[in-house]
Amino acid sequence: MKVLVVGAGVAGLCCALELAQAGYRVELIDRAVGPESAGCSRFAGGMLAPYCEGENAHQLVTSLGVESVEWWQKVLPEVDDGYRQLGSLVLAQGRDRGELARFAQRSSGHESVRGDALSEIEPELAGIFPQGLYFAAEAHIDPRLAMRRIRSRLQELGATVRYGADASEYKGAAELVVDCRGLAGRDTLSELRGVKGEMLLVKCPAIRLSRPIRLLHPRIPLYIVPRGDGVYMIGATMIESDEQKRVSARSLVELLQGAFALHPTFSEAEILELGTEVRPAFRDNLPKVCRKGNTIFVNGLYRHGFLLAPVLAQWVRNWVSGGELPPGPDNWEIMNEDSMQ
Amino acid sequence: MSLQLYGIELESRLLLGTSQYPSPAVLLDTIRESRTDVVTVSLRRESGTNRNGQAFWSLLREANVRVLPNTAGCYSVKEAVTTAHMAREIFDTPWIKLEVIGENDTLGPDVIGLVEAARILSEEGFEVFPYTTDDLVVAAKLVDAGCRVLMPLASPIGSAQGLNNPRALGRMRGHFPDIPLIIDAGIGLPSQAAAAMEMGYDAVLLNTAVAKAGNPISMGRAFALAIEAGHLAYEAQPLLARDMASPSTPVLGKAWLD
Ligand SMILES: Cc1cc2nc3c(=O)[nH]c(=O)nc-3n(C[C@H](O)[C@H](O)[C@H](O)COP(=O)(O)OP(=O)(O)OC[C@H]3O[C@@H](n4cnc5c(N)ncnc54)[C@H](O)[C@@H]3O)c2cc1C
Repeated sequence: MKVLVVGAGVAGLCCALELAQAGYRVELIDRAVGPESAGCSRFAGGMLAPYCEGENAHQLVTSLGVESVEWWQKVLPEVDDGYRQLGSLVLAQGRDRGELARFAQRSSGHESVRGDALSEIEPELAGIFPQGLYFAAEAHIDPRLAMRRIRSRLQELGATVRYGADASEYKGAAELVVDCRGLAGRDTLSELRGVKGEMLLVKCPAIRLSRPIRLLHPRIPLYIVPRGDGVYMIGATMIESDEQKRVSARSLVELLQGAFALHPTFSEAEILELGTEVRPAFRDNLPKVCRKGNTIFVNGLYRHGFLLAPVLAQWVRNWVSGGELPPGPDNWEIMNEDSMQ
Repeated sequence: MSLQLYGIELESRLLLGTSQYPSPAVLLDTIRESRTDVVTVSLRRESGTNRNGQAFWSLLREANVRVLPNTAGCYSVKEAVTTAHMAREIFDTPWIKLEVIGENDTLGPDVIGLVEAARILSEEGFEVFPYTTDDLVVAAKLVDAGCRVLMPLASPIGSAQGLNNPRALGRMRGHFPDIPLIIDAGIGLPSQAAAAMEMGYDAVLLNTAVAKAGNPISMGRAFALAIEAGHLAYEAQPLLARDMASPSTPVLGKAWLD
């Protein structure tokens, strides 16, 4: 059977890979001219942090996220694939200690680390932060590298990946369509909304951090993800807005201030890129997999695209092969046909 | 008697901020369960230059509550006035919660800019809800500038420290018996909100304490109950604490104890 996957963001790529591995003839298309200009996924931090996210997300994000981390580990087995399982650290400045206690209370999978133990994990932060939370089982990837790897896996498996191709030109081209258009999918999934995120990439070889670090702050929480070679992603704002292409001065100042607070040497960093995109989200900030006619929709990945797409892709593969979707918990509904326009 | 703000009668004395909830779905449930009538919306942050926050705002419309747009994050009179204009257009309301921030760290109000912005906006027909300190002189100037509601902070925004200076808040109540006074900012626990209401405050505005609770929906309800209890207690004229230093009954009675 031929399957057309629309949208080469992380959702589309994971679905395409699962289906190609299951033996379907897969064609993956994206309307962007190339991977460098496509979608929300390029701007992600690449944190695979199911436990940290549990602090303010539904418990489903944690349980499904843990499964996804294993998936990434299998899909990116080589050192130069960029998958790193080195845990993550959550820190707060002295007067925001309350935030740290609150975070610990609301999440699982962590241990409290202080003084020497903390400087052993991340020597660069010795003396700056007296204590933190260490989430040993968490991992991180470089989203752009990971997506490149999946694209070449797809080609090895005989699937086609085509850019500059809009779904509207492909009507009736396949027996089954998997629609992963991100926010563009709101023409069909009317409940989708955008949550803007701004980020920056900096180069700062003078600092050596090995794992994602979250700095808690009552108003401006922030994280830093190492990309290797002294490159760091600093993110990310969360703004209820579907404005796509504008990084505001305020956001930039906040992100940079946070980075300086984490380590003063970030003031020396070279700014490589400012990025902004809009996360596709449903009302409960949980993703949905749903079906209408011969189209399956995978959308609403919100701030959990890399964390959740693998599991959703496995569901799609299972569903296409005649299996059932797993039942969601009470307050999570897999959207049915009625709720589409 | 129900609460009246600029001629609008409201059942609930709890006003809710709408940021920092785990999801819009949780926010909507919290609004419903807390039975609040008024929610505040931060315009500047959510909208950018255009109307890009539409999806979120139409969600709020579904909640069927009155929207009190705010000028959160504005640091100058001009910024605050421009944001108020934008708010009036988008939400079609003369109400504006006026914040002119003077200090980046504590987010304390710039009271001088506040009075100026309040005057400009009141003259333009806005109904201004100023986020202010417990300073009586500033409060009087705000009233003079046209404000018919005052919103003193209890402690710094998001600090959850509660009523840092109850004496000053009490004085404010005493000085402005006819102006609705709403506690804005600094509340962490329902008991603190109840304490403010027992002092005769008219309402309490909350955001972080509810939004960042483990269960925002239950916490919203807990605050609603505390606020109602505090208000009932105030109306029922509570006993005042007594100074037990000197006896008030004849010492004669003591004989019975022998
Ligand atoms: C700053 C930032 C940081 C983030 N950090 C993380 C993180 O650390 N961890 C994590 O898990 N998640 C993170 N996220 C969230 C993650 O990026 C998103 O959840 C994810 O990218 C959504 O993926 P998607 O494939 O659904 O959408 P997208 O990546 O937007 O992909 C949709 C694709 O569909 C294409 N398309 C649209 N319409 C058509 C059409 N008609 N025809 C053909 N193609 C079409 C688009 O060109 C696009 O390439 C972050 C997001 C942001 C903004």
